[in-house]
Amino acid sequence: MAEYAAPGQPGSVVSYLDRYDHFIGGEYVAPAKGDYFENPTPVTGRAFTEIARGTADDVERALDAAHGAARAWGRTSPAERANVLNRIADRMEQNLEALAVAECWENGKAVRETLNADIPLAIDHFRYFAGVIRAQEGGISQIDQDLVAYHFQEPLGVVGQIIPWNFPILMATWKLAPALAAGNCVVLKPAEQTPASIHVLLSFIADLLPPGVLNVVNGFGVEAGKPLASSSRIAKIAFTGETTTGRLIMQYASENIIPVTLELGGKSPNVFFSDVASSRDSFYDKALEGFTMFALNQGEVCTCPSRALIQSSIYDSFLADATERTKLIKQGNPLDTDTMMGAQASNDQLEKILSYFDIGRQEGAKVVTGGERADLGGDLSGGYYVQPTIFEGDNKMRIFQEEIFGPVVSVTRFDDYDDAVKTANDTLYGLGAAVWSRDGGTAYRAGRDIQAGRVWVNNYHAYPAHAAFGGYKDSGIGRENHKMMLDHYQQTKNLLVSYSQNAQGFF
Amino acid sequence: MERIALTPAAADLIRRLREENGPLMFHQSGGCCDGSAPMCYLAGEFRTGASDVHLGDLVVDGEPVPMWMSGKQFEYWRHTHLTVDVVPGRGSGFSLEAPLGVRFLIRSRLLTDEESLALNK
Repeated sequence: MAEYAAPGQPGSVVSYLDRYDHFIGGEYVAPAKGDYFENPTPVTGRAFTEIARGTADDVERALDAAHGAARAWGRTSPAERANVLNRIADRMEQNLEALAVAECWENGKAVRETLNADIPLAIDHFRYFAGVIRAQEGGISQIDQDLVAYHFQEPLGVVGQIIPWNFPILMATWKLAPALAAGNCVVLKPAEQTPASIHVLLSFIADLLPPGVLNVVNGFGVEAGKPLASSSRIAKIAFTGETTTGRLIMQYASENIIPVTLELGGKSPNVFFSDVASSRDSFYDKALEGFTMFALNQGEVCTCPSRALIQSSIYDSFLADATERTKLIKQGNPLDTDTMMGAQASNDQLEKILSYFDIGRQEGAKVVTGGERADLGGDLSGGYYVQPTIFEGDNKMRIFQEEIFGPVVSVTRFDDYDDAVKTANDTLYGLGAAVWSRDGGTAYRAGRDIQAGRVWVNNYHAYPAHAAFGGYKDSGIGRENHKMMLDHYQQTKNLLVSYSQNAQGFF
Repeated sequence: MERIALTPAAADLIRRLREENGPLMFHQSGGCCDGSAPMCYLAGEFRTGASDVHLGDLVVDGEPVPMWMSGKQFEYWRHTHLTVDVVPGRGSGFSLEAPLGVRFLIRSRLLTDEESLALNK
């Protein structure tokens, strides 16, 4: 076990500055209105830095910088851009611990996750898009003997990106890496709950990018996010968040006739067929871990397996074993490498989770374990901690239908295959899902029948860059990860060329 | 009989936001991050349409603040009564109150049989 010193404390691997301005045109720029807001750590609830409170003027300035850089950046060779992305990845790797501790302190998540998942995945993501942009090919189509269609990919230009707070650096990377690889310039607005760790990242990589290619404007949604999303000077807007803001962003985009990609969450079913329990072997152990994945990142994952569907014939014994596994989750100081579950990201997030404990109980759901706020004592008493919680109930209950975004799983049973698929699909959302079975046929059919963009089969919460991620139904539009993501950041240019010397014959 | 209500603290916040911004509306969100939070906008900022349900009006000093939810989401929420409250915090999304360091929050209870008969007929 090791416990990292808090940022800025003696022996810490990273320090935050007392204040962060906007990063515009390759330099730090004070906010036009001169205002800042405090950024608390969820670990203790106390503020540790202050952040520029951006407004429309700052967004305009960032757009000026981005447009100033767009032509030159868009004309760099794929090899040049790939090199930049690879260098970013190298710098991140050299500073992995610092980034991991910074992210932990800002978001409240356990440092073992940032060390082993968030930051390594972000590093790999930059390398992946460095690879695919070099391998991307246009097309040549011979329409007839003398007419040829050439298809080129061209960057969109300047794009806007609004980042969520649950994986501040990884989610920024998911949007940045493909956008930069494709030759776009970016104006990025981090979430107001986690506005600072991206600046730690910038402290390591800013010199690698030409000024204006990446601009970061901090601030609140209504003051900085809205001017960005509604700007007539962006060619695309990408957003991760919830449905109402997603719709609002689509409305703004419709005014400017620009594309959107939206990732709006889910209520992901984790389906356990009875054959999972045919033997108490390592696979059974893996399935129990799969159930417990609802607690990863304190449940603050759009694909949190927040509904567990267990076949009736194994329901009681499997749930009992899964509950024991859940009780082994070690909560504690997020900076301790033994800690498995840290703090919720903000006070309002904590309050929302508690409000769902309330309505869950009122609706008659049974609390199997947890169901309360957790007080971890000492300095951590001011932080936002919740017990890992298992509810038993019915799929029609609100706790089965709304994304609680906490370490809460709602469990119900199913009788047969059709019942499983029906319940799994009885939701507004379709982002993630999982199927657990030793029978390849059952797993395949269920994986195809569940209406979700990502169905894990016999695993959960793996996010390799080369696997497409995105939602069916109300979970959004478009995909992230995978080389297909480049399409969301590129225009198609068709050059239709006649090599004939003769008139077409109309006039 | 109403499906929605608000706490005195939420009413105070609505007064303040209305004074600073003008007439308001709410749209109840779903999904991740700040999902399940009621979003407060300038009236008309968010375009409601045929897919939305008007849950009712929150009346503050005689002035109504209409509250909406998508119809699909309403099907899963219609058995509950919703009270708009406010807590310290920092929501994302474009809701007007976030810069003040507070966040609107929904508190729910089951509709009584009598309410359910009247409101869900």
